[in-house]
Amino acid sequence: MNILSYLIPISLILGGVGLGFFIYTLKTNQYDDPEGDARRILSDAYDDKPKPD
Amino acid sequence: MSTSISACPACSAAPAAEDLADRAAQKDARLALSLPSIHCAACIAAVERRLAAEPGVKSARVNLTLKRATIEAEPEVTARQLVEVLDGIGYEAHELDAGTLSATQTDRAGRELLMRLAVAGFASMNVMLLSVSVWSGAEDATRDMFHWISAAITLPTIAFSGQPFFRSAWGALRAGRLNMDVPIVLAIVLAVVTSLWETSLSGEHAYFDAALTLTFFLLAGRYLDHRTRAVARSAAEELAALEVPRVTLLLDGQEREIPAAELVIGDIILVRPGGRMPVDGEIIEGQSELDRSLLTGESLPVFAGVGQAVSAGEVNLTGPLKIRASAVGEETSLHRMADLVAIAESGRSKYTSLADAAAKLYAPGVHILSALAFFGWLLYAGDMRVALNIAAAVLIITCPCALGLAVPAVTTAASGKLFRKGMLIKHETALERLASVDTVVFDKTGTLTEGTPELTNGADVPAEDMALAMALAEGSSHPLARAICAAGKAAGVQPLTLDAVQEVPGFGAEGRLAGEPVRLGRAAWVGATAGDVTSTWLKHGAAAPVAFEFSDSLRAGAEEAVRALKAAGKDVVLMSGDTRPAVEAMAARLGIATWVAEALPSDKAEQITALAEAGHKVLMVGDGLNDTAALTAAHVSISPASALDAARVASDIVLLGGNLAPIAEATQTAQSAVKRIKENFRIATVYNIIAVPLAVAGFATPLIAALAMSSSSITVSLNAMRLRG
Repeated sequence: MNILSYLIPISLILGGVGLGFFIYTLKTNQYDDPEGDARRILSDAYDDKPKPD
Repeated sequence: MSTSISACPACSAAPAAEDLADRAAQKDARLALSLPSIHCAACIAAVERRLAAEPGVKSARVNLTLKRATIEAEPEVTARQLVEVLDGIGYEAHELDAGTLSATQTDRAGRELLMRLAVAGFASMNVMLLSVSVWSGAEDATRDMFHWISAAITLPTIAFSGQPFFRSAWGALRAGRLNMDVPIVLAIVLAVVTSLWETSLSGEHAYFDAALTLTFFLLAGRYLDHRTRAVARSAAEELAALEVPRVTLLLDGQEREIPAAELVIGDIILVRPGGRMPVDGEIIEGQSELDRSLLTGESLPVFAGVGQAVSAGEVNLTGPLKIRASAVGEETSLHRMADLVAIAESGRSKYTSLADAAAKLYAPGVHILSALAFFGWLLYAGDMRVALNIAAAVLIITCPCALGLAVPAVTTAASGKLFRKGMLIKHETALERLASVDTVVFDKTGTLTEGTPELTNGADVPAEDMALAMALAEGSSHPLARAICAAGKAAGVQPLTLDAVQEVPGFGAEGRLAGEPVRLGRAAWVGATAGDVTSTWLKHGAAAPVAFEFSDSLRAGAEEAVRALKAAGKDVVLMSGDTRPAVEAMAARLGIATWVAEALPSDKAEQITALAEAGHKVLMVGDGLNDTAALTAAHVSISPASALDAARVASDIVLLGGNLAPIAEATQTAQSAVKRIKENFRIATVYNIIAVPLAVAGFATPLIAALAMSSSSITVSLNAMRLRG
């Protein structure tokens, strides 16, 4: 049963990391334009270097 | 600006100049454009690249979901200039009023709900993993440890994710009412409390997973509900933002464009032909004709001259007018109409939504049932722990998880379907109300008709008269003149060439043919007697005046809509502020048996109230200011996107396209939506009938609760999905 003391924290941490990422995407307005973002990957602008802010 | 009289002209000019500087400084550097025609990655790139290349533009970002571009720019860049730039590369663009839009920039409430939903989802997955281990046989210390870990995850999650329910239930209790959230909160709290108690006593059953999945499913329903309304709200706001309230202010002989909100009483403004009066006021210079159809429903333009009062909402047709503002903003007659709406609103019987009706039946039933189970087991077994466990199980099993999803899942599907057909469902219960409609009342001008006239007696007019009339009408923007040109072109008539053609604002146009005067215009001006029908007259030399008669052109889909509604067994009524002959002709053309003419705004509302008192459920379709009270008084109301803002605000549903045909379809969709909602209630009830006896008898385990809850929620969601397509 010792294995549980590793596995349970690992599963919680992995889930927590997922939740953290979701909250990050939510906080950075990544759901404001789902349709546009899906199309923007087809454009080859900024393929070589990211858009300067 | 006050109208102080000063001996020194510079003294009175100085504050005016300050005023002007003040107004200029308030200009926003953030612009928004609506781009209805963009649809792909290439469009996004082209628009953004072109806008960024414009001097003064700092950044431009296109949002394809909203079909909108947001531009950060230097203060001197105007939206009009950017619209022209985009027009140049082939994209249709419209200015949006940034002030109206700013409210919807970020959907805070939606984001908050999504966050709570995500946390509840994360927690319920983890707790479910632990629970499955318990159900599959974890024992003793292991089981206790799993329960404690579950508790450690559940307590903070419930405290965070359950807040919307706690708030709503507390609000209802404080007001002495019961809503759906009261049993929800009781179930969640009781589940957590008994589970904690059981865990501390090393008990077998803990309902932490049930409390969490319950929260998760209910939040999902809440979020669906919110999204449906947020989409409708942002679309409605975009409609309002499209009407940028700009006026041309005349100050010291200079023209200046300012937002209408900054006008003050006494300001002198210029309204060009085709423009809408932004304020109430008095004409101080110019002559023209006014289209008052949005206010009164009259389709015939009226003459306007110096000294005459004008009301906000009227459209100037022929000549430029200078107007001194006598009432601005909230004081205008446009806004005063809101009082009528308020009166109508108080008379509107409060509609109880299906969900509320179900909650009223359901909430007390569940509470009584679990209380009975508690006391029954307390008497029978004499054990507080057993009794509380069973009461909690009853509450959890009966918890309105499926009921909480039953309505939002269906309305989301139905609203989405209607949105794709060009209908915006603004009010949450609009669909339910639309389903029960048996009488449909249409306004005429602007609703059944486009508000633009078409020539009806073109065949009777001699070709040479038509050619003359076209020659005079060509240069004019008057709707009757444009109708003559359109009819002449369709008949293949070439306009003659006249000398000295000039438009006489408010009267018509005149010119000369081989020295003889030719006039086209109002009856009195050419020496004819006006009849009942909307008409204009042509006078050539000494010959008798020739009449050109007009009627309003029908809106696309008007005939289909009326026919389909009648076929569906609904009474169709035409109610208009226009003259009797015009309304009668329109009723005959569409086959509407019941019609009312020359109705005042209050008449319309009264007639609708009378219909409602006679037991009819009335759907009102209207667009004008004179319809707003009627729109509010009706059981449910629809207005076209071209309607005045006040009418759109008063109505429950907005038709986005120009076509009326979707109205009939919408009533059918609404009926099937209500059918699905009721089916969903029945499905939820069936689950309860099976599961409740188990719970009361004490056989319910957390596993059974989880199964019943998930399967009923999934079934109602799937049932709602059948509405799509």
